[in-house]
Amino acid sequence: MPPEKVETASVSIQDVVGIQQSTFLQRLTASQPFWITVALFAIIVFMSFYEPAYATERNFYNITRNFAFIGIMAMGMLAVIITGGIDLSVGSIMGFVTIVAGVILEAHYPWWVALPAGLLAGAALGAINGYIIAYVGLPPFVVTLGMLAAARSFAQILSGNRMITDFGPDKQVVLEIGGGQLLGIANPVWVLVILTLIFGFVFNYTSWGRRLFAIGGNEQAAQLTGVPVRRMKFQVYVLSACMAALSSILILGWQGSAINALGIGYELRVIASTVIGGADLMGGAGTAYGAFIGAALIEVIRNGLLMAGVDANWQGAFVGLFIVLAVYLERLRGRSRA
Amino acid sequence: MALLRLKSITKSFGAIHALNGVDAEIHPGEIVGLMGDNGAGKSTLVKIIAGNFPPTSGEVVLSDETVHFTQPLDARAKGIEIVYQDLALCDNLTAAENLFLGREIRKGIWPFRVMNYDAMFKKAGELFEELQSETRPRDLVRRMSGGQRQAVAIARTRLSKAKLVLMDEPTAAISVRQVEQVLALIRRLKQQGISVVLISHRMPDVFAVSDRVIVMRRGAKVADKAIKDTSPEEVTGLITGAIRAA
Repeated sequence: MPPEKVETASVSIQDVVGIQQSTFLQRLTASQPFWITVALFAIIVFMSFYEPAYATERNFYNITRNFAFIGIMAMGMLAVIITGGIDLSVGSIMGFVTIVAGVILEAHYPWWVALPAGLLAGAALGAINGYIIAYVGLPPFVVTLGMLAAARSFAQILSGNRMITDFGPDKQVVLEIGGGQLLGIANPVWVLVILTLIFGFVFNYTSWGRRLFAIGGNEQAAQLTGVPVRRMKFQVYVLSACMAALSSILILGWQGSAINALGIGYELRVIASTVIGGADLMGGAGTAYGAFIGAALIEVIRNGLLMAGVDANWQGAFVGLFIVLAVYLERLRGRSRA
Repeated sequence: MALLRLKSITKSFGAIHALNGVDAEIHPGEIVGLMGDNGAGKSTLVKIIAGNFPPTSGEVVLSDETVHFTQPLDARAKGIEIVYQDLALCDNLTAAENLFLGREIRKGIWPFRVMNYDAMFKKAGELFEELQSETRPRDLVRRMSGGQRQAVAIARTRLSKAKLVLMDEPTAAISVRQVEQVLALIRRLKQQGISVVLISHRMPDVFAVSDRVIVMRRGAKVADKAIKDTSPEEVTGLITGAIRAA
C-alpha cells in the first residue's frame, strides 16, 4: 500500500464501507431461485404452444393447488434444512394427522375440535423428533427415519386400516376449507402464498430466522455466542411437523376422505423442492421463495409430462435430474465465488 | 491492582495433572504473551479463565472478587471474552451479523420485533473503523481474508465492553501481511485499556506486542518476565527446558 493511502486510512475505510458488494442485477442472476423461475416459465410457455389444453384456467388451478400441499410442507422443511438438519417423517406425519382428524370427525365432533386436534397430533410427533434430536443428540436422519416408520404405523393402527369418509355433521365445512376457493384461487394456494410471505419475512428480518442460518453455518459458533441452539433445533422440528399437519388437513378437505397411506413418498418431493430452490442440505442456505418455486417446478414438470402424454412414471427421473442439476449449478457458482 | 489474579491453580483430568499450582496476574491494559510447547498447559489455563471448566483447586480472582465460572457465558458476563483459534464465525453470514450474533439489535414490539439492520451495519462500521480495519459490515465472512476475520472476532469483544480478551493463536493461520494487521488490532485493544492474553507459538509476534511473557512447561509456570528483560533465545530455552526457570 502506498504511504499516502495510509494517512487517509480512516477516510478510505468509510468509503469502502459505503460500497454495496454487488448490484441488484448481479445478485439476481447469481441466485438459484431466479434461474428456476426462468426454467419454470420456459416450460409453461413451451407447453402452452405444444398443447392447447395446457394454458387453461382449469389446468393452472389444478397445478397451483397440487403444488400448494408440497409447498406448505417445504416451508417447515426449509427451516429444518437451514439448521443443517433433515425431516424424513413429514409424509408419515401427514398420514397420521389425516387419520386423527378423520376419526374425530367420524365420531361427530365439530370441525373446530377435529382439525386443531389433528394439528396438535402432528405437533406432538414433531416435538418427539425435536426432543430426541436436540436434547438426546441423535442424528436427525436416524430420528426422523424412525418417525417415518412409526407415524405411518400409528395411522394404520388408529384407522383400523380403512378409509374414513364419514366426516359427520361438519363435513361441508371441512370440504370447503381444503377444497374451496377464493377469487378463483384454491384455498391451499392462498395458504401457501401467505406462508411463503411469512416465512420469507421471518428468515430475513427476525433474529430467530437469522440464528437458524447461524446454526447451519457453524453450530459451535452459534452455541458459543449464546444462541439457544438446542431450543431452536427443537422448535424447527415442531414447526416442520405443524406444516405437514396443516397440509394434511387441507388435503383431507380436498379429497373428502382420510386414508392412512396419505403422504407416502412426499418427504422426497418436499426435500427436492427446497433443494431445487437453492437450499443447501449441509445447512446455512435457502429461501422461502426458492422452496415455493421449487415445489412449483416439480408440479409443472409432472403436469407437463401428463399433458404431453408421456408415461407419468418418467416424473421421478425428471425430478431426480433437476435435483442433481440444481446442486451441481450451485456448486459451480460457489466455486466461481470463492 | 491486578485485573485478574490466579492463585495456585491446579487441574487434573483423571490421572493427568495438566496444571500444577499456577500463580499469575494480569494488569489492566497489559498484553501478556502466554507461551509453551504443546501440552504445556496453556490451553487448559485459558479455558479455566474463560469458564470452559473450573479448576480442580485454586482461585480465580477478578477485580478482587473470587469467581466460579461454570460456562463461557458466565465469564463473558464478567467482561472476559475469548477469541477462538477457529474464530467461531459463521461463513454464511455477513460481518455485521456475526458481530451481533446472539445479541442482535432489534426494533418494534413483540411479536413484530425485527432486525434493525441499519443500526447494526452502522455500529459494525464504527467498530471496524475504530479498529482501523478494512472490513465491510455487509460482506459475507466466507469472502474475507484471515485478517478481516480476526477483525470481526475482535470487534465482537469490543461490542461487549470486555475487560480481558483471551486470544488463541490469532496469527497462526494467516498470511504475513495480515499478521501485521492483527498485531495492530491487538495494540488498539491495549490503547483502549483492555488487557490481552496472547497465546502464540510465534515468537516474533509475542515480542512485537507483549509487555510481559509467561512461559509454561509441563503444567507449571517456569518464567514470568517483562519483555524488555528477556530475549527470544531465553524464551525458547525455557519452552524446551534447556533453561529450567527464569
